[in-house]
Amino acid sequence: MTELHHLGVAELAALLQSKQVSAVEVATRFLARLGGNPHNAFLDIDSEVTLAQARASDAKLAAGSAGPLEGVPVAHKDVFVTKDLVTTAGSRMLNGYRSPFDATVVARLRQAGMVTLGKLNCDEFAMGSANENSAFGPVTNPWNTAFVPGGSSGGSAAAVAARLTPAATGTDTGGSIRQPAAFCGITGIKPTYGRASRYGMVAYASSLDQAGPMARSAEDCALLLSAMCAPDLDRDSTSLDVAQEDFSAALGHSLQGLRVGVPAEFFGEGLAADVRRAIDAALARLQALGATLVPIGLPRTELSIPVYYIIAPAEASSNLSRFDGVKFGHRAADFADLTDMYKKTRAEGFGQEVKRRIMTGAYVLSHGYYDAYYLQAQKIRRMIADDFQSAFARCDVIAGPVAPTTAWKLGDKADDPVASYLADIFTLPASLAGLPCMSLPVGLGDGGLPVGLQLIGNYLQEAKLLNVAHQFQLATDHHKQQAGAAA
Amino acid sequence: MSLTSTDIARIANLARLELQPDEGARMREQINAFFDIVTQISQVDTSGVLPMAHPLDAMPAMPPIHLRLRPDVASEPNDREANQRSAPAVERGLFLVPKVIE
Amino acid sequence: MSAKLVQGYEVVIGFETHAQLSTQSKIFSRAPTAFGAEPNTQACAVDLALPGTLPVMNMGAVERAIELGLALGSHIAERSVFARKNYFYPDLPKGYQISQFEIPVVQGGEVSFMLGDEKKTVRLVRAHLEEDAGKSLHEDFIGQSGIDLNRAGTPLLEIVTEPDMRSSDEAVAYAKKLHEIVTWIGICDGNMQEGSFRCDANVSVRKPGAALGTRREIKNLNSFKFMQQAIDYEVRWQIEEIEDGRAIQQATVLFNPDTGETRAMRTKEDAADYRYFPDPDLPPLVIGREWVERVRAQMVELPWVMAARFVRDYGLPEYDAATLTQSMAMAAYFEATAKACGQPKLSSNWIMGEVSAFLKRQQIEIGDKELPSANVLGRLILKIVDGTISNAIGKALFQELCDRSRSWAEDFATIDSDLEAIIEAKGLRQMNDSSALEAIIDEVLAANAKNVEEFKAGNAKAFNALVGQAMKASKGKANPAQVNAVLKSKLE
Repeated sequence: MTELHHLGVAELAALLQSKQVSAVEVATRFLARLGGNPHNAFLDIDSEVTLAQARASDAKLAAGSAGPLEGVPVAHKDVFVTKDLVTTAGSRMLNGYRSPFDATVVARLRQAGMVTLGKLNCDEFAMGSANENSAFGPVTNPWNTAFVPGGSSGGSAAAVAARLTPAATGTDTGGSIRQPAAFCGITGIKPTYGRASRYGMVAYASSLDQAGPMARSAEDCALLLSAMCAPDLDRDSTSLDVAQEDFSAALGHSLQGLRVGVPAEFFGEGLAADVRRAIDAALARLQALGATLVPIGLPRTELSIPVYYIIAPAEASSNLSRFDGVKFGHRAADFADLTDMYKKTRAEGFGQEVKRRIMTGAYVLSHGYYDAYYLQAQKIRRMIADDFQSAFARCDVIAGPVAPTTAWKLGDKADDPVASYLADIFTLPASLAGLPCMSLPVGLGDGGLPVGLQLIGNYLQEAKLLNVAHQFQLATDHHKQQAGAAA
Repeated sequence: MSLTSTDIARIANLARLELQPDEGARMREQINAFFDIVTQISQVDTSGVLPMAHPLDAMPAMPPIHLRLRPDVASEPNDREANQRSAPAVERGLFLVPKVIE
Repeated sequence: MSAKLVQGYEVVIGFETHAQLSTQSKIFSRAPTAFGAEPNTQACAVDLALPGTLPVMNMGAVERAIELGLALGSHIAERSVFARKNYFYPDLPKGYQISQFEIPVVQGGEVSFMLGDEKKTVRLVRAHLEEDAGKSLHEDFIGQSGIDLNRAGTPLLEIVTEPDMRSSDEAVAYAKKLHEIVTWIGICDGNMQEGSFRCDANVSVRKPGAALGTRREIKNLNSFKFMQQAIDYEVRWQIEEIEDGRAIQQATVLFNPDTGETRAMRTKEDAADYRYFPDPDLPPLVIGREWVERVRAQMVELPWVMAARFVRDYGLPEYDAATLTQSMAMAAYFEATAKACGQPKLSSNWIMGEVSAFLKRQQIEIGDKELPSANVLGRLILKIVDGTISNAIGKALFQELCDRSRSWAEDFATIDSDLEAIIEAKGLRQMNDSSALEAIIDEVLAANAKNVEEFKAGNAKAFNALVGQAMKASKGKANPAQVNAVLKSKLE
């Protein structure tokens, strides 16, 4: 039998349900791989907590009361608060913080039977595209440890690519699931805004934050997404009141007659040649599977960069005001008075990128600038959302690159925030519109680093996206390719 | 448009962030570099466009999303101990802070 | 409008009132709102702004906002928006207060009240929903403050007026009227000591006809007495400043009841820049017409509506109606009494007279066991009407009943027989036996020959004196009408 850690969620679930392996065996196997914290992917591991959950899962399996994913391990991005494990959101501000409750998404996956392996490294408060903004050190890319894994869910992507966990949770505000999934050669999906509860997610930008699964295949993502997404009407006022769906049930449809919209703006001169080659090949493959390619336009793609980097920091500057050294988290050791305590606490607790976004956000909301920046950005945001609606009048899904390039070298963009903002150009539009979108591996670029294809669907069309990805993965094996460093 | 060091100081105070002089200068450069790409939004004609505060109000498939209201029932138990577990300074159940002067 | 001037200056006052809404749970969390619990035992994860928590709106708070809007003739916004008011303060856990900024739920409306015998109307700008902050306790900690967040998240309605008031008297009258309304419709317990009803007064002065002067805001006036003192002091202070050639600086001031003075708070230099923006955690609040109508249908009858009905249905004078509708308990007591005796005006006289005097004397409320029930009072009034006892005896009997402070059966039959028993026992029955009365009157005439002379000389007063003597001699049991008749016949 293949080594357990090489198996995906569906395969492990089958073995566990048929009692060919126990949850404790599986958990033990994966815990063993976490020794020395490869790629600095994990921020907290507690084998006692994990094994206790595994034992509980075995009991349920024995009692026949098991959930669909009973005993399958999962690791959570550190922006999901957890009762039994430390939650830092990658920030010194929350060093050692223990939440009195579990995030809804964490609780739901546990209800489905998943066993928590630990908490995953990420950019501080999910702000970043390379996972270099974590207060606890960068995560390295399993395909080449000299390169970044992408961000902000870099730990999640690296852990799945390196076979440290069969699946992970991530969050996507402007591309934080799709871009690291692309950089690490795995599959990840961000559902429609409001599908997954935000309760227990440390907030970055409330009108954009969405949770989603990251795994090795669309099939595995479907299993997790079905468990993650359900109304949370009592806890999250922005949670959509739409019935829970079994996304796995919808994976069997042929792509015959599928209209795939290809936005010209995603294929401009900014797109690296090797990425373009891989994307073109993937689109050709979709055609071969019966899909037709429809040229479409998303004319405000470039505007999505300033619009996003006004709206997200504005919301963040307010969301992060609660970190003031009074109720929880870091407090400066020496200060003259209350105001000084605030200023030193926040100066010490926050990293550079977080401070930059807090400053930018406070500025665009400040007296005399609100209309010119925040309000104008909100209006263009609606125009961007409308552009998608006119596009979806002519196609079923939209396909294009996730990022202009493959992963870059550690440190390359560390001192040039604007450069990494620009690299988010293809993931920001769908985020601003709140649309479901995903990334799946479609081969390697020149540097032997993975390229991700982005699929964008209309609201609540997650099943359609997952089906397209699954059909693609049935016909190809890019998603089975293994990160060199993961042997 | 570009921010002056006075702007940076004002905003840093609004955001309760202590910036070292060099830090403030670097941040000013970086934020101004960002605002270079922001200027294009002022060229966009948005007359007659409603600001979109929320993806929920852009979903054509769905009925317009309204604020959900919960019944007025007090059901949260006292969980002070767990809630204050990570507090920097607590005495007799109160969070302690440097003296507040009004 | 009759703007009485102070040293040649016109006083201009606007109000911002924070009324805590009488909900069971917080506005955005399920924590209880009860007052006076152990520190931070009623502050849940949401109230403490723990990472990952989100607000969920309390329907009870919205309903109370609708009720106030209906009571004050305001427009209830079909769509209103919650916004974040950003500032740092230890009693503000999130670093922002969820409030309403551009589009409040209650818009316009007015409060009318009597100032002396002049009717005044104060226009409202708006009333918006928001969350209360916690409390900073400065005692018992050297150099430090203790933060109690039990109050954080308590629902508030901030009720904002136009600068329509022209004197501290008018301001206090407005505040009392608003207090009466919110407690009457039951959206706020009105307890000013506990901070359930907090008033901020914006005060400025100007020469008549001049543009509005610079205002200073007096914060947290938590008693009507202090309200008056604070405004009067502030007005004098501002006039002195101007007279001394100093310009008024806009400021927030606190009133110190011990010194009777107002003092500027330490100004937050960035207080002006709250960076309001729509709260992305809360979609717009939408209130359908049918909901408003449902609330309207369930609402209690408003005091002025009830007063009008008393005039219309019971034929009471406006004054009586207004007096009886100052509290819901008194209005109810009146209606029950009138029902028990079918004599609205007599019931009104008794309640505004004997009953009120008794309540004041005993310092008790209507509903207290010591006060005879409305049914008892009603049947007592009936005894006067049917001539069983005189009015004077009625008052004595009422006192007798109060002193007994016993609980009465509420069915009329029992009450009547009980009253009869007391009347018999105390020999209070009115004398209707004319031969006995004639005997008494003959004695009175004999003993008061002087009055008789004067009466015959055409002095009407003398006749009244004789009536009085006769009543006295009968120990009040004689029927005054009968006495009149008999005297007349004997004197002609």
